[in-house]
Amino acid sequence: MDWLYDFSILTHGIHEGLSGRFEPARVVVIEMVLAGLAFMILFAVLGLVLVYAERKVSAFFQQRLGPMRVGFWGTAQTLADVIKLLMKEPLINKNADRFLFNLAPYIIMIAAFMAMAALPFAKGLQALDFDIGLLYISAVSSLGVVGILLAGWSSDNKYSLIGALRSGAQIISYELSVGLSLLTIVVLTGSLQLSVIVESQANGWWIFKGHLPAVIAFIVFLIASTAETNRGPFDLAEAESELTAGFHTEYSGLKFAFFFLAEFANMFIVSALGATVFLGGWMPFHIGGWEGFNQVMDYIPPIFWFLGKVGFMIFMMMWFRWTFPRLRIDQLLTLEWKYLLPVNLMNILVMAFLALMGWHF
Amino acid sequence: MKSIIDYFKGIFLGLRSLVKGMAVTGHYIAHPKEIITQQYPENRESLKMFERFRGEVVLLHDENNEHKCTGCSACEVACPNGPIEIIPKRVEIDGRKVKAIDQFVYHLQMCTMCGLCIPACPTDAIVMANTFEHAVYDRDKLTKILNKHGSKIMDGIK
Repeated sequence: MDWLYDFSILTHGIHEGLSGRFEPARVVVIEMVLAGLAFMILFAVLGLVLVYAERKVSAFFQQRLGPMRVGFWGTAQTLADVIKLLMKEPLINKNADRFLFNLAPYIIMIAAFMAMAALPFAKGLQALDFDIGLLYISAVSSLGVVGILLAGWSSDNKYSLIGALRSGAQIISYELSVGLSLLTIVVLTGSLQLSVIVESQANGWWIFKGHLPAVIAFIVFLIASTAETNRGPFDLAEAESELTAGFHTEYSGLKFAFFFLAEFANMFIVSALGATVFLGGWMPFHIGGWEGFNQVMDYIPPIFWFLGKVGFMIFMMMWFRWTFPRLRIDQLLTLEWKYLLPVNLMNILVMAFLALMGWHF
Repeated sequence: MKSIIDYFKGIFLGLRSLVKGMAVTGHYIAHPKEIITQQYPENRESLKMFERFRGEVVLLHDENNEHKCTGCSACEVACPNGPIEIIPKRVEIDGRKVKAIDQFVYHLQMCTMCGLCIPACPTDAIVMANTFEHAVYDRDKLTKILNKHGSKIMDGIK
């Protein structure tokens, strides 16, 4: 079971096994296909699990039971939904721009895929380890807004267009806060490489090591990343009473499912990013001096630490969604430009001062 | 200076109210026993309907198959939709003819369960029952005759 603690054993084993059988060029192709397949399976599983979790968590927050009929405690509910969506007719508006209309869901999906590729899931389990990993993820995840704008524009529907523009304004504004709150931690790590950021937290997570500025940055990150993924209370792009379903009003069937899946994938990505930067990625929880406790924590494989932290972040985002009343568009932009951004800029200065004086652990 | 204080006060109060809201929903998720949803067909045996739930009008009969309805039609007059239909008859009591009910017809399909007939009854003969499984395959079965066969009015009710 060593491979569960260090995935590079597993990946090297696969690489050597393939190298013994095929020539190098073919090995590269096969490994790329395998990695792609792994991400696709992860995507599908994430969609199924997160949709079910969202429905169940929201139900319990509202003193309901949620889906209970299909399977044990409704566990097969999302599977039934997927079958329903697959059988729906893909409708396209008569005057819609067919090419862009079909392209938009793929752009959103590809953006989510690209961001997912750079995440460090566990020790040795990271498809791409750029030295600018953090910058890469925030750059790629903001590609999704192009897909949203295209979807709204090509639908030939004024509600879709207004929803897309709202969503665009929101994502572009909040991207700033996400980036700055992550930069607050980058001041301490001195590197944008995600594996280095994780390694730097071996003796303690940044949210504990960075004092108050790190906590403020974490809160700002939680708020801004919720807004960036277009989730409630910031889901202005889908306002049923004014805009029907926003930018994906005209989509049906599989293409609608892509938007839906991308929303949950984006939620996973920002949660994973937050878990990596603030909560130590796959690093176990250690308390200095408690050797026995630390060994028990080490015994839990890193992948479960990572998934647990991501689960915590996702749960927080769901908690926000099912508690807070949604904001108006002007309140949304006020929150970003008058509160989050100034607080963030001050915070980053304080953090830089702390790092300069060496007052962090 | 005041505006600066107000700015930070706003942040603080806003955050505090958000935390309060999260405490409320957090209480809900931490107490699954308080869930309101009923798993209806499964819990049919144990399901207890609320006392004040208004399901249908019933005419109360005692063990001697006697009821309190005098056939005064006050409920029929009070009813806004017309599901209650009193068909009276004349019966002879102590040598004089008195009005009584022949049939208390109740059309469930027209009833909105408003309950206005209950306070209108001068003798408290009818009540709202909390039954709720009213689905039938034939529409005619919704028209019910509430007084049981062979029943008669209690003594002393006028």
